[in-house]
This record gives sequence, C-alpha cells and structure tokens, in this order.
Amino acid sequence: MWVYEKKLQYPVRVSKCDPLMAKFLMEQYGGADGELAAALRYLNQRYTIPDKVVGLLTDIGTEEFGHLEMIATMIYKLTKDATPEQLKKAGLGAHYVAHDSALFYENANGVPWTASYIQAKGDPIADLYEDIAAEEKARATYQWLIDLTDDVDLQDSLKFLREREIVHSMRFREAVEILKEKRDEKIFF
Amino acid sequence: MTIILNEEYYQLLHELQAVDFVLVELNLYLDTHPADVNAIQQYNQYAKLRQQIAHRYETKYGPLKNFGQSLTGTPWSWNEAPWPWQV
Repeated sequence: MWVYEKKLQYPVRVSKCDPLMAKFLMEQYGGADGELAAALRYLNQRYTIPDKVVGLLTDIGTEEFGHLEMIATMIYKLTKDATPEQLKKAGLGAHYVAHDSALFYENANGVPWTASYIQAKGDPIADLYEDIAAEEKARATYQWLIDLTDDVDLQDSLKFLREREIVHSMRFREAVEILKEKRDEKIFF
Repeated sequence: MTIILNEEYYQLLHELQAVDFVLVELNLYLDTHPADVNAIQQYNQYAKLRQQIAHRYETKYGPLKNFGQSLTGTPWSWNEAPWPWQV
C-alpha cells in the first residue's frame, strides 16, 4: 500500500518560463536513467531480493516517486505560461501536437519510456550493481542539467536531487556488502 | 479552506520538509545500519517532532495525507488546490 502526501519532498521554484530547459528535464522524467525508471526498477526488484535489503529498495523506490513529482513540477512550471510558438522554438512542437502542455513519460528526445530501460535479474548482486550504476548515471545527468541552466532557483532543486543520487548509491553499496557478508557466512556453515 | 500562499505558509512547509529530510536520511541509513542505537534514538526524536509540525500544518492548511492517515475538517478539503506543483 502507498499513501500520498500532499507536499513536495523539497521546494521547486523556477524564476522564468523556459520550455527548452523543460525539454532537457524530460530526460529525468521518462528517460532511461530517470526517476520513473528508478522507482519502477527498485519497487519491482524488491519482491525477490533477500529480506535484508527489501526495506532499502522499498524506501528508495518510494523516495524516487517523490523525485518524479519534483521533476514533474519543474517541467510544469517551466512550460505552463509558454505559447505554442515558444514550445515550437524550444523543440517541443511535436510534443505540443501530441500532448498540448500535458506531461508525458518520454526522454529529452521525445522517446517514450520503455520497460527495457530496467532489469530484474533475480541475482541480488547483479540487481544491486545495476541500481548503483543507475544512481551514478542519474547523478551525472543532474550535473549536466545544472550546467545547462542559469536559473539559480532551478539549480537549487537539481542540486538537492543530485545529492540524493549520491546517498542512494552509497546505501546500495552498503547493501552489496551486507549480502556479501551473508554469503561468506555460509562458507563456514 | 482557502490557503493563502504567504510567507507563513512557506515557512511552515519548509519546516516540515526540513524535518522530513532528516527522517528520510535516518531511515535509509538505518536500513543498512539497523544496530545504530544513536540513529534510532534520533529517528524517534525527529518522528515526534514531525508529528507536531505536521499537526500545526494540517490545522492551518488541511490534511497532508489521504485514506484516513490525516484527520479532516468540515468541509472535506483534501481535493482542494493548491496541489504540490502549484505552490
């Protein structure tokens, strides 16, 4: 069961209408290393991962939905006052034709999200290594996004998300060690 | 319940977000360090503080959670704006 909380995890403010930046941010909305992929990856892997790390996958997966809502808020705020002409100039003409200014799970190039972005191998080490890689790739993406905007309000929220990727990566690395310790115990069984 | 998005609103929201940040951090940390007694103590301390701040917020601005996880006033205000992306 999940319960919704009517607030963002961290404030999202933007200082201007910027549909081009919104287009770039779609990479973290519906892209391969984005927040939707992260949430769905962890919350799906958790059913068959050893008990000791189910809690971590559940909690990080849940937090990712909070991040997805933050990215959605950024895209919404950056595009809500944009005219069709402005969207077209920002490379969102095709998006406008298909979706008006609605959000859609697609990457910065307009490619729809696909489950082939994520994996569940059933091998706990393989799954956790994928999770660590996913966090590192998302961290890098946030850095490139920060580099592409001069909006300090937006940068502030993006920096928060970048730091969360680092923490998640650390926790997943610890989870690998927990499983290795458990595995090594069995040798002396 | 009409929510006025003034400085007071944002200050209380920030207070809640700040304490929730502490809690999410401690939560994830405890997921991989379940025997850290100090962290558990901090977690419970901040969970109590969280309840107080959430109560203050909800009294002024309506329920934060659905499905009976928050008490509701009259009239039902859960489905009223502003939603998180609108503030």
